[in-house]
Amino acid sequence: MSLTTLMEHDTKSSEIMAPSFALVKRVIWETDDTYTLLIDPPAENGGGFPFAPGQFNMVYAYGVGEAAISISSDPAKPDQLAHTIHRVGTVTSALSRLKRGDMIGLRGPFGTSWPIDEVVGKDVCIAAGGIGLAPLRPVIYSLLRRREKYGRIVILYGARSPLDLLYRVELEQWSKARNTDVIVTVDRGDSSWKGHIGVVTGLFSYVKLDSPSTVAMVCGPEVMMKYTCEELQRRGLRSDQIFVSLERNMKCGVGLCGHCQFGPHFICKDGPVFRLPVVNQLLEKKEI
Amino acid sequence: MDKTYRLETEDLERLLQLLQGEGYETIGPTLGNGTIVYDKITTAKDLPKGWTDEEEPASYRISNNGGERMFGYTLAPQSWKRFLYPPLRELFSIRRNGKSFETLRTDSEEKKFAFIGVRPCELSAVLIQDKVFTAGEYRDDDYLSRRRNAFIVAVNCANAGANCFCLSMNTGPKAGEGFDIALTEVVNDGGHYFVAEAGTDKGATLLERTGGIAASERERGEAEEVVERTASQITKSLDTRGLQEILAENQESPHWDDVAKRCLTCGNCTMVCPTCFCAAVEDSTDLSGKTASRTRRWDSCFTLDFARVSGGNFRITPKSRYRQWLTHKLSSWVEQFGIFGCVGCGRCITWCPVGIDITAEVSAIKGERVKQEKGA
Repeated sequence: MSLTTLMEHDTKSSEIMAPSFALVKRVIWETDDTYTLLIDPPAENGGGFPFAPGQFNMVYAYGVGEAAISISSDPAKPDQLAHTIHRVGTVTSALSRLKRGDMIGLRGPFGTSWPIDEVVGKDVCIAAGGIGLAPLRPVIYSLLRRREKYGRIVILYGARSPLDLLYRVELEQWSKARNTDVIVTVDRGDSSWKGHIGVVTGLFSYVKLDSPSTVAMVCGPEVMMKYTCEELQRRGLRSDQIFVSLERNMKCGVGLCGHCQFGPHFICKDGPVFRLPVVNQLLEKKEI
Repeated sequence: MDKTYRLETEDLERLLQLLQGEGYETIGPTLGNGTIVYDKITTAKDLPKGWTDEEEPASYRISNNGGERMFGYTLAPQSWKRFLYPPLRELFSIRRNGKSFETLRTDSEEKKFAFIGVRPCELSAVLIQDKVFTAGEYRDDDYLSRRRNAFIVAVNCANAGANCFCLSMNTGPKAGEGFDIALTEVVNDGGHYFVAEAGTDKGATLLERTGGIAASERERGEAEEVVERTASQITKSLDTRGLQEILAENQESPHWDDVAKRCLTCGNCTMVCPTCFCAAVEDSTDLSGKTASRTRRWDSCFTLDFARVSGGNFRITPKSRYRQWLTHKLSSWVEQFGIFGCVGCGRCITWCPVGIDITAEVSAIKGERVKQEKGA
């Protein structure tokens, strides 16, 4: 049959399945098992790599494979890309062996982003658990860069232990910004720890949210997001004032491989960032 | 293009030769591996004349009834999917030279297929995969190039299998759209001939060149009778009214546990399904480590690895994997692509080693729902 109808609208080529190569400028070990790669954008991008906060790249380790990793750098500095990566699987282990001057494969940026324009003039509550702070860092950069455009900013962050805290120097810096609270907790303290102990939801008792004017952005393990979203709603936020970022297995990043399906949603293209009501019912069910 | 032709059986041979003359690789049903396979055919003699198949849940048998029909069987185990969307395909290779890398895209093979004998349900499946692979934000170039080049000769069904439920899915037993030529094979006292309908200009031109003559009203009527008789043979059904919502609302039905006790999670249903499109992407290097390649291969949502991420696995239980498959086909697919992901070919029933029947499972889920509502 004639396929004219199929090509009437503009689609992008699946040649996107091949990565571009980019130079690793620096490797920063944030914790024992988590590292940040600072990367020069691929040459074919013309020196830049525009992305929106919350988007991800498919990051390729030569001959080993790809992993979907959120972008952790400042969107206002597209000439310097950062990925903060938790070393847990074969790909992230292979990537952890990269050194300054090595090349890394990238495809992206893919997916939806945090609602950075929607929150202008509003209070923002950012809640992160573990590596979940990495996809939120571009939002924090963006908010603080145009600090005057937003109301109060509250950043709640939980990690397993003091040694597992990411971006410790920056957490300190962010807390010094005007009308900005950064509250950190750990599951288990150590002898040096004088801060909060317990889960992220416990931190809500230390802040008062002006619920009608607050937008929340939440990222962490699903169980953490579930309880955090419940707590936010208990404190008066409507579910459509809450955004979450989800993770699923991804093989293509462009909605063709089927792996990342979550009910009717493809996490790679309909997500990873969702307004809570879109996914809330599915999140309450097991193994969707 | 409502002109219909009468083709003699010899004209079919002529049609094949004409297609080959235009550079098409002619693919059609033929006997192979003790079954009917869609494979390269060069002459009408390769068609499985006299062969029929008998399908039951978990059973497929072929036999020769000594008849004249060239398309007397119902379905081959595998659909046409593997020609448009190959089970295994290298996407690119990367040559490593010290610290630099050179990506070599693996060019799509320029394939020009003519499919002879596409069943109406299978044709619907192709149209569904068109949406999946070419209508989203990103398209699959390799699929598109194969699909664009393909010439489709549909053959309306003269024999329904016990697992067919195309009537319910509105996909058969007569082809509606998407073909270049649609044939109906008529065998009766009056002889053995085909009624051919052109679906495209190209199809019409070829039919003219084949030497077909305009079909008479009687011949057209006899062709209609073939399809009507087939429709009357169909016993299996699936009630699709409200199905998308019913399944979306019953993801926690106790019936999923019941089917999980029977499902072996082998993935056969996904491998024979003409619409299943999930793929894995695999990276590897040669022994020297100087060349890496990426391969795409068909994957199945029944495998344990399918939903695994480094931090855990989102679908461990067989229940969740069966539910993903069924609810995708009949519920979430509609939201994603505006159409069911099932065409009622019944292959998943035939090739399930324990005979799980998608239509029966849907009925059971609906039954549970009624039971629970009454109990509440």
